[in-house]
Amino acid sequence: MSRIQATFDALKQQNRRALIPFFTAGDPHPALTVPLMHAMVAAGADVIELGVPFSDPMADGPTIQRASERALKQGMSLRGVLDLVAIFRQQDNRTPVVLMGYGNPIEAMGWDVFAQRCAEVGVDGVLTVDFPPEESHDAFEHLQGHGIDPIFLLAPTTEDARVEQVAKLARGYVYYVSLKGVTGAGNLDLSAIEQKLPQLRKHIKLPIGVGFGIRDAVTAQAVAKLCDGVVVGSRIVQEIENSNDATVIANVSALVNELRLAINQA
Amino acid sequence: MYNYPDSTGHFGQFGGIYMAETLIPAVEELRVQYLRYQNDPEFKAEFAYELKHYVGRPSPIYHAKNWSDRLGGAQIYLKREDLNHTGAHKINNAIGQALLAKRMGKKRVIAETGAGMHGVATATVAARFGMECIVYMGAEDIQRQSPNVYRMKLLGATVVPVESGSKTLKDACNEAIRDWVTNVESTFYIFGTAAGPHPYPMMVRDFQCVIGNEAKIQMPEMIGRQPDAVIACVGGGSNAIGLFYPYIEEKDVQIIGVEAGGYGIASGQHAAPLTANAKVGVLHGNRVNLMQDENGQITETILFLPVWIIPVSALSIAGLRKSDARNMSRLTMTRRCRHFTICAALKASFPRSNPAMRSRMRRRLRLE
Repeated sequence: MSRIQATFDALKQQNRRALIPFFTAGDPHPALTVPLMHAMVAAGADVIELGVPFSDPMADGPTIQRASERALKQGMSLRGVLDLVAIFRQQDNRTPVVLMGYGNPIEAMGWDVFAQRCAEVGVDGVLTVDFPPEESHDAFEHLQGHGIDPIFLLAPTTEDARVEQVAKLARGYVYYVSLKGVTGAGNLDLSAIEQKLPQLRKHIKLPIGVGFGIRDAVTAQAVAKLCDGVVVGSRIVQEIENSNDATVIANVSALVNELRLAINQA
Repeated sequence: MYNYPDSTGHFGQFGGIYMAETLIPAVEELRVQYLRYQNDPEFKAEFAYELKHYVGRPSPIYHAKNWSDRLGGAQIYLKREDLNHTGAHKINNAIGQALLAKRMGKKRVIAETGAGMHGVATATVAARFGMECIVYMGAEDIQRQSPNVYRMKLLGATVVPVESGSKTLKDACNEAIRDWVTNVESTFYIFGTAAGPHPYPMMVRDFQCVIGNEAKIQMPEMIGRQPDAVIACVGGGSNAIGLFYPYIEEKDVQIIGVEAGGYGIASGQHAAPLTANAKVGVLHGNRVNLMQDENGQITETILFLPVWIIPVSALSIAGLRKSDARNMSRLTMTRRCRHFTICAALKASFPRSNPAMRSRMRRRLRLE
């Protein structure tokens, strides 16, 4: 059983929701990435979404875009991200790690090499933001071939037929984009999420994580009531941006812990 | 026979719809609506009317006789797209997309722009059809192209400076895509070149091929036959495919595209991903040859004219080259060429850069 499935199964038995923090690998610099991952797990993270920095992050807002730029300046690359996951796995063989990013760095490496490397270092899922199901055949085959879960996005604009299509391809969990906009935007509409989720569940039997625009514990709790997992990205990246090397671990831990407690009460 | 794109928007291995899920329905709506109007007689008639009475088409073909004589080689004819309303070929496409936006009931249009020509064209058509217009432009480009910024504002457009990344065209493109994701229901994205997700490359080509269609009529009128070769500069590729597309089945006419060589292909500092046979990758919604580093990060293009080039080779041209082994040439900036470019650029703060680029290329052909 994959780490992702094992994690969601265990949570379900405890009637709990997953907390899925996102941050960009290599931000503020590569030496802090693995310590940040461990700190998040200790503070209550169930799954870690690790952002692969890209020069042109079209679906991201300014916060994650700046994180990408900082990471790239530090020399972070897809290869580097995979190496960091390998280091993380030396001490944590339980927490699922999902890589989230754009297709071109993977294209440059080659999907076959990438998928094999994911399996070697212990990556559990891959979410390629700009690869919709229509363009994901190769990616899907290579990832599946190495037991890596392809994670797909669904959006408020996604129509029923497409939900069905995604349901056939998706593994691990499905990531529902909770607003029309980029990551970190401020126009989250809870009632819209509430309306949309039953429609998704008609086809999606996997756990559904919700993210984009969840900026505080109150919202995280409200969203957690509606789904199986809450993804918090920009808010965490913002915390990293506003901290220095000495305070970043403590600040991010405190934030993740606050989110954990809020979600536990959902 | 050249029959691209296929129904999924691919030009052989190129093209596609590489977009975040949030935008897929928008792209799909656009595809369906464009297919509906692509061959609609009323739509085509309105487009033709606008091209004639608003853009001022057909644009003349000019025999650059003195220059041909001086160079002593081919007789050179310039298709004067610079004489269109707003001074470039960009308006052909902007009008077409605005007419489609109107039919789709979109009241707000957005655009990316590099040198500002597509921004000016979009601001112009938005004013013409009473639409709100937002233009995203790199902060660097805004500094370099202030006359065009002034023109856009004068036409009522909001020009948003883009401070992210390299602060140039590709970043403006990213920002426009972000706007579109956020305002997907109200907004039509008037994309400026033959790139982006399907159906943009096809749609832009269809609107721009008026260039080649006219040339095919005008050349026999002037010289009694088709030219031996058609030549165009290739950045995003919309003027090039506009000229080339109608000539694809004319097997006796050589098709030559010219990319900007910058400091030379070997230097890596250029804007010639096709010539350099750059690795194929995915950016801005399609698969194509990309200027990128070994880690798949997009690199910047090097140019001597602050113009419209994004680090992506012309999609339809890439498809064309694969399907039809005609020339894709390259212009490396020799000192003489660079001098010429600078003169042209100085003279043309009101850009008439396409004929200038073509001229420069011809000069290079002579040199070779």
